[in-house]
Amino acid sequence: MDWLPTLWFVVIALLWCGYLFLEGFDLGVGMLIGLGRSTEKRKRLLLNTIGPVWDGNEVWLLTAGGATFAAFPHWYASLFSALYIPLTIVLVALIFRAVAIEYRGKAITAATRKAWDLALGLGSLVAAFGVGAMLALTTLGLPLNENGDRIGGAFAWLNWHAILGGVAVVAFCWIHALAFLRLKTDGAVRHEAGKLVGRWLPVAILPLVAWALLVLLDNDSGIAWAVMGLAVIALAASMISGRAGREGVSFIALGVTLLAGVAAIFTAAYPVVLPSTIDPAFDLTVANASSTAYTLKLMSIVAAFGVPMVLAYQAWSYWVFRKRLREEHIPDTHRVVSIIK
Amino acid sequence: MDALEIARWQFGITTVYHFLMVPLTIGLGLTVATLQTMWHRTGNEHWLRMTKFWGKLFLINFIMGVATGIVQEFQFGMAWSEYSRYVGDVFGAPLAMEALLAFFVESTFLGLWIFGWKKLPKRVHLATIWCASLATILSAYFILVANSWMQHPVGTKLVDGRAVMTDAWAVFTNNTALVTFPHTIFGAFAVAGGFLLGISWFHLYRRRKEGIDTVDANGYVVVGEDPNRGKNRDKTDYQVWIKSLRIGASVAMVAFLGVALSGHEQAKLMFEQQPMKMAAAEAACHDGTGFSVLSLGDITAQGTTNCDNVVAVFEIPGILSYLANGDFTTEIKGVNTLIPEYQEKYGKYYPSDASFGQYAGQEINYLPVMEVTYWGFRLMITLGGLSALAAGVALWITRKGSVPESKWLSRLAVLGIAAPFGANATGWIFTEMGRQPFTVAPNPQMGGVDQVFMYTAASVSPTVSAGEMLFSLISLTAIYGVLLVVELVLLTRYIRGGVASAMPELEAADHSSSGGPKGPDNDDDDVLAFAY
Ligand code: HDD
Ligand code: HEM
Ligand code: HEM
Repeated sequence: MDWLPTLWFVVIALLWCGYLFLEGFDLGVGMLIGLGRSTEKRKRLLLNTIGPVWDGNEVWLLTAGGATFAAFPHWYASLFSALYIPLTIVLVALIFRAVAIEYRGKAITAATRKAWDLALGLGSLVAAFGVGAMLALTTLGLPLNENGDRIGGAFAWLNWHAILGGVAVVAFCWIHALAFLRLKTDGAVRHEAGKLVGRWLPVAILPLVAWALLVLLDNDSGIAWAVMGLAVIALAASMISGRAGREGVSFIALGVTLLAGVAAIFTAAYPVVLPSTIDPAFDLTVANASSTAYTLKLMSIVAAFGVPMVLAYQAWSYWVFRKRLREEHIPDTHRVVSIIK
Repeated sequence: MDALEIARWQFGITTVYHFLMVPLTIGLGLTVATLQTMWHRTGNEHWLRMTKFWGKLFLINFIMGVATGIVQEFQFGMAWSEYSRYVGDVFGAPLAMEALLAFFVESTFLGLWIFGWKKLPKRVHLATIWCASLATILSAYFILVANSWMQHPVGTKLVDGRAVMTDAWAVFTNNTALVTFPHTIFGAFAVAGGFLLGISWFHLYRRRKEGIDTVDANGYVVVGEDPNRGKNRDKTDYQVWIKSLRIGASVAMVAFLGVALSGHEQAKLMFEQQPMKMAAAEAACHDGTGFSVLSLGDITAQGTTNCDNVVAVFEIPGILSYLANGDFTTEIKGVNTLIPEYQEKYGKYYPSDASFGQYAGQEINYLPVMEVTYWGFRLMITLGGLSALAAGVALWITRKGSVPESKWLSRLAVLGIAAPFGANATGWIFTEMGRQPFTVAPNPQMGGVDQVFMYTAASVSPTVSAGEMLFSLISLTAIYGVLLVVELVLLTRYIRGGVASAMPELEAADHSSSGGPKGPDNDDDDVLAFAY
């Protein structure tokens, strides 16, 4: 049963891929609403493209966290406690974002609506940055002692790896959101998003590539380079199909770029799940951080049943809401009139 | 305060807060699903209006449950890393399953429900709210399995200083979980029942006060309409409130019966599994059989010496024994008997081990904070009981079809909404603080494993500083405070808006002369039946 921890390493990598792919665009849309300069109608159009699906996307994050806890308790404990301050900030950002999505439309005054927009925009930006930083650090290393505890104080994690990872995910979310809007809307938004994607796609992917190269150069793994090659091909395909106006293909190819890129990173890092920058002997690995075979077997059975179900009904929900939205579709805001003075 | 104390405050505050939203989500979710089913069955407009109105409040609350739940998922690893390492093999599994099998269903199907009103066939749309609300109950089961394992670790053994799972079936059918689950779910319905009751009462009262509804010579209601408010205050609107009120009151009463019966089972288990919690809940120093209704004196006693200052002012003989054991004569062990027993079994001092930090080698206080356990237990029962009683009275008062024109009764009904929330919170505080000084309570009884237990003092993240913990404690508490106000303001606004606040089409039908809600282009309606 030696392969069980490896299997779970793959599962967790896939959960992160799912999270970045799906929540990637709704984080990006959140940034565009909150930090971009759109008319009120336009903002509501953007918000409604992710309205029915964003919460389901966020659960990928919770599942990645929960699965790490169950399958690799040491990984979960060391990573999360080491990043105490940044994760607190991510939590605050996620709280604001979730609440803003639901409550912004219920605001009465323009000032409160503006405040919610800011919460949504900053919340999305900070959450994307924080998740990126966390993933970069778990692949590139943290100062951990022999017990797996971070040493060096509250900000010992802060280095340019963290910043690179953060920027990589933020930039990806932004471009992914534009590709998504191009697919999900009609009219001016579709047109403008298309233009931006055409111009910025290669630049926006650059930090992600840099992060991947760092991990790949650190660990030599032929497979990882092969997967990385796939990512590059997908990127080219996305650009070409995008130019040709094939929005669906371009969006999917961009998604494949991300998936292959992240897969290359995790493949290269394997079998280390969280390197210690103090001493390689303290590295957390697939073998020494995992749960017992019994628990992993149980979780495998549950996942074999659960993951296909999730994919099926989430795919169905995307199908149900497949129609492109236009600004004309957005009804006026509903003002609640009190019947009780 | 040291890091441990701050971490405990933070966990307590964030969890109790999360559990303000949770019971309303669980209780209201199933209520809305049922209301929508009634609409399908009967086709009566008032069921649709009820579905929409309560559904709106459900959603406003739901999002706060989601937002605060994310914190819960992360903070085990952040603040309690030693705990996570020790229990992960057993404890992580239900948490991961909760996310995979329940949270995905909740969030995806709720999205389908909110946005799918016109997009999905009616039956399929009805199915989505059932899926979402049943998933909230499933999620409760998983998390309670995790929590019950902390109260009563089963299906596990100690390997290399860590708890590992040996029997998943035992973990998932832990007797503690099987009674905690119904108790918590019934507790959630007590909340939903009180919520329906209080708000409906308020609306019926306003209809009376504004002269829309009147009463005839025999006290029976004569339903009227408000011409200025059109559909938002017509006769169907009356149906919405009276039905909601009576359903809410009935649910609240049944729920109390449920919590009382399951609570009795819990007490029996607690007597076996965590005798110290039982003694602390009773502020009982000496062995005995009586249930103290009121005890005075220094129940904050931290140790055996002054425990004897506690004086039971009013005690019902035999009841405690019945609660814990099902008969009236078995003596329940008091604190003075238990402390030496615990000391003998688990030691008088914390091990001199680095993982205990500054607590290493110090004396262990096996007595939970009695003030909290004692009053927590009583508040839970009293608040729950009072609201059930009030529900019964409300049913009787409204038998002739409306509420009296009394401002004070109306205020009381609205205020009463808080009682079951309070009962839930105090119940949890009692359960969790009564478990101290352990995070995983040792109990060899009933399939439990003796060696598997963990002190709270050893659970906290070793190198996270008090400053970091303080940062998160302050920021989370501040945000939670602000958001509580926001949620209450929004709920109030939608409640005051009446049914039309959740059904723009009601107002649209009143104001536009053309009749159709959104103009001629029907295809557009299909794209967005609901919009943020
Ligand atoms: C008895 C019920 C119960 C209890 C004790 C808890 N929760 Fe909870 N939780 C729910 C019942 C629930 C729920 C009813 O299922 C919620 C409320 C709102 C919602 O979306 O689902 C929820 C939401 C919720 C979410 C967001 C889910 C989403 O995005 O859809 C997370 C991550 C957690 N919870 C995690 C936890 C953790 C780690 C807890 C333990 C400390 C915890 N909850 C206690
Ligand atoms: C939602 C209902 C819950 C409430 C209101 C609640 C409340 C509390 C409170 C007040 C404390 C602090 C006790 C103290 O420090 O003296 C605490 C501690 C704790 N609870 Fe819960 N709890 C709940 C559910 C859970 C669940 C479901 C779990 C696990 C799955 C859990 C795990 C813990 C842990 C690990 C601690 C450690 C901190 C400590 O012991 O101080 N709790 N809880
Ligand atoms: C006669 C009434 C009741 C009895 C005998 C009773 C009994 C108990 C007991 C013994 C516990 C502790 C379980 C443990 O720590 O092992 C408990 C916990 C709890 N109670 Fe009650 N209870 C009653 C009423 C209520 C009411 C009315 C509510 C809420 C509306 C409620 C909500 C809770 C909650 C949320 C907990 C914590 C979770 C749990 O352990 O189940 N209880 N109750």
